[in-house]
Amino acid sequence: MNTKPRFLALLVAAGISIAGLGPAAHSDLTTEWSKEEIELLRSLWLGSLEPLLSDQSNAVADNPLAARFGHALFFDVRLSGTGDISCATCHQPARRFTDGLPKGVAIGVSKRNTPSIVGTAYSPWLYWDGRRDSQWSQAVSPLEDPNEHGTSRRDVVNVIITDDAYHATYEQLFGVPPGVSTHEGLDRTFANIGKAIAAYERMLMPGPSRFDDFVAALVDGDMQAVDILTADEAAGLRLFIGDAQCIRCHNGPLLTNNEFHNTGVVAFPGEVPDKGRADGIRLVRADPYNCLGRFNDAAKRRCDELVFARTGAGLIGAVRTPSLRNLGGTEPFMHKGQIAALHDVLEHYNEAPLALIGHNEAEPLGLSDEQLEQLEAFLLTLDAPIAVAEKWLRAPDTTAAALPRN
Amino acid sequence: MKTVIVRYVAMALLVTIAAIVVAREQTDTNHTPDRWASERGMYVVSFTSSLDPIPINKMHEWMLHLEAANGEPVDGAEISFAGGMPEHNHGLPTSPRVTENTGGGDYRLQGIRFHMKGNWQIIISIFEGPTVDRVVIDLNL
Repeated sequence: MNTKPRFLALLVAAGISIAGLGPAAHSDLTTEWSKEEIELLRSLWLGSLEPLLSDQSNAVADNPLAARFGHALFFDVRLSGTGDISCATCHQPARRFTDGLPKGVAIGVSKRNTPSIVGTAYSPWLYWDGRRDSQWSQAVSPLEDPNEHGTSRRDVVNVIITDDAYHATYEQLFGVPPGVSTHEGLDRTFANIGKAIAAYERMLMPGPSRFDDFVAALVDGDMQAVDILTADEAAGLRLFIGDAQCIRCHNGPLLTNNEFHNTGVVAFPGEVPDKGRADGIRLVRADPYNCLGRFNDAAKRRCDELVFARTGAGLIGAVRTPSLRNLGGTEPFMHKGQIAALHDVLEHYNEAPLALIGHNEAEPLGLSDEQLEQLEAFLLTLDAPIAVAEKWLRAPDTTAAALPRN
Repeated sequence: MKTVIVRYVAMALLVTIAAIVVAREQTDTNHTPDRWASERGMYVVSFTSSLDPIPINKMHEWMLHLEAANGEPVDGAEISFAGGMPEHNHGLPTSPRVTENTGGGDYRLQGIRFHMKGNWQIIISIFEGPTVDRVVIDLNL
């Protein structure tokens, strides 16, 4: 009897709810930000970051014991020729795993600026020139660099074998260490040390920033969004995704495409220009620890990034796009720390000078000083604490000898 | 009886609306393979992407389908792949290549990754014996 009115009521309700999904629901916000802009903002939002894929090349990548082992190794100064350098000497947690210097300083002076580790588990390439193709193969590389840890794989393996807790942990994760008498044994144990360090480094991810809060509110149609960013920050954000073209390379939720670009940054004073990726591709192909090498743990190796990597003149002077999350306190910038302040980095992109080698892919932007300031204001809204418990951001409380054995 | 009919009509209406919504969503998100004629008119090329819609910053592969102008599939051709963003004077971030001719005019193209949104131009060159022809595909990602 009363079905018809009920059905009509249903239709009316449906109509209302459909109307509610339309632009009328948050007209104030959508008039400020176009649909296309909101789509771009969403693409940069940390909430759009896809879950980290497993690292098939590293069998212990997601093993909690390996992460604890890696954490201890990361802070262990015994992994150096002088007994006073650890990974954390240059990758300082308080500075977002950078060091505040133009180039890293350990035993000597490193070749380039210390990049952050945060979020690098998502990158197919490590280092400014991408000369390593996994976190684990990168992690062991500074140990044998005479200017960095200045030790040898034999000495590093000896530390593992002679420290009871390390030895036991290693054995639990990888089996009995083969000792230092064969190259194969040394190389494998050294690789495994890298794999444990990588299990720790994989946990270091950026946390949601004020920018992410803003996008979350905006996509929810929450009017609070307008209060989250100042007018200057919002103007800077609009430039970032628009006229300033930053989003071309600094795209995705980590604000990097992890690719290699020549942007005409001047050479470090007194040095010839850095060949960047042109060297990096040669080095990664020759690296015995690369994806195609026998130390890759994957049952079936898929090394598309390495196999189909680009070569050619376009790589000259190109370096990897860094993430723009957590720039605050990580100056100086660029691959050799050539530019001291964020404002000057923006000036550099505004001018887009000719590259000394290769060609500068960027073009002059013609932005005003005020616009550059707005861009800078926006970039600092990307700062946020690292999304990991505080205990992981300092040396382990317990000494190495008390490493958990479970 | 009347109630039952109204119910059927209502259900049919809802099903229709649902079907329309689903169909619209599918046309929005699924890439239907388009066809491109080669410059000298020798071939028609189409492709499907393993990731659809084509994303940025993700390695994936395409299956190319090659036909002669008369619609016959062409196997055994040598195919090279190049591309870039003409507006920005740079190429692809990877070196994709055909790794397999799986038959029926299908070729597996591996190692594709785009690293920026925007207008890309893809150039597929087709070599058969002494002849060469090419297809230019404009993609907006």
